Amino acid sequence: MIARRIRAFAHFWWDFVVGDDWRSGAQIALAVAATAALAAADVVAWWLLPLAVIAVLYASLLRATRG
Amino acid sequence: MSAGLLFASAFVASAVEMVEALTIVLAAGISRGWRSALTGVGAAVVALAAAVAALGPALSAIPLDGLRLGVGSLLLVFGLQWLRKAILRASGFKAIHDEDAIFARELREAQEAPAQAGRRIDPYGFTLAFKGVLLEGLEVVFIVITFGASGRRIGLAALGAAAAVVLVAGVGVAVRAPLSRVPENAMKFTVGIMLTSFGTFWAAEGAGAHWPGSDASLLGVIACMCASSALLVALLRRNGLARPPAAAAP
Repeated sequence: MIARRIRAFAHFWWDFVVGDDWRSGAQIALAVAATAALAAADVVAWWLLPLAVIAVLYASLLRATRG
Repeated sequence: MSAGLLFASAFVASAVEMVEALTIVLAAGISRGWRSALTGVGAAVVALAAAVAALGPALSAIPLDGLRLGVGSLLLVFGLQWLRKAILRASGFKAIHDEDAIFARELREAQEAPAQAGRRIDPYGFTLAFKGVLLEGLEVVFIVITFGASGRRIGLAALGAAAAVVLVAGVGVAVRAPLSRVPENAMKFTVGIMLTSFGTFWAAEGAGAHWPGSDASLLGVIACMCASSALLVALLRRNGLARPPAAAAP
């Protein structure tokens, strides 16, 4: 009973934040990690995330319209 | 500059969610009685205010870089959902949000639900209004807390959201009908761009990147997201004109 409620609670928040396209969330997490890695190596990193966001959005729209 | 954008974003996001909540509350009030509907609204507002009061100060205590990395990333993923849906709506792949149709459906369902005689508060009307305000309000709370905490201006974000609640509630009381003339789909598009832009800006900063021009580059990120979104809408329209839109808007 408690486990089911915890699962339902977790599912609600997952659906609320990530929605029905978990791949986008995973790709954004990778892009943020790559930005952090570049910044840690003293490489200019600000450009990476905006480009990654546009690419992730494009891929997500392709999945939505072709699926 | 970013304070004004932050206030405007919280205001528009809150306004669009409150327009949706108003539709549900109107259906509950007209069909099941105003006492039940307004009690449900009051209970939901108390729950939402408690969430802001509890989470706001807690998030403000986290160091700024860590907060921006975590909260900015969450905001970015959350904002991408909004932007994706807005682009799909604008390009005809998803049905446009129609408050009149939603109001008619909610009203019909509420009228068909059995009444419970002898109760001062109708459980159906209370629950419908409570859930409507709570679920729509949660998105506002999420935006207020993430925007406010990352910008270290929770009070300003809450003020923007509160101003929208007062405005929408005032207009709702005056017209007593769904606010179907509000350009909701354009507002959702704007909110999607703002959430994605702020999320991108803060997540990159939290990850250790330094923006050229500091805060001023946020305008560049917003412009970049606007241009990319417009391009994606145009691409989808060109490639998907033959496809009919979805039957119902969530």
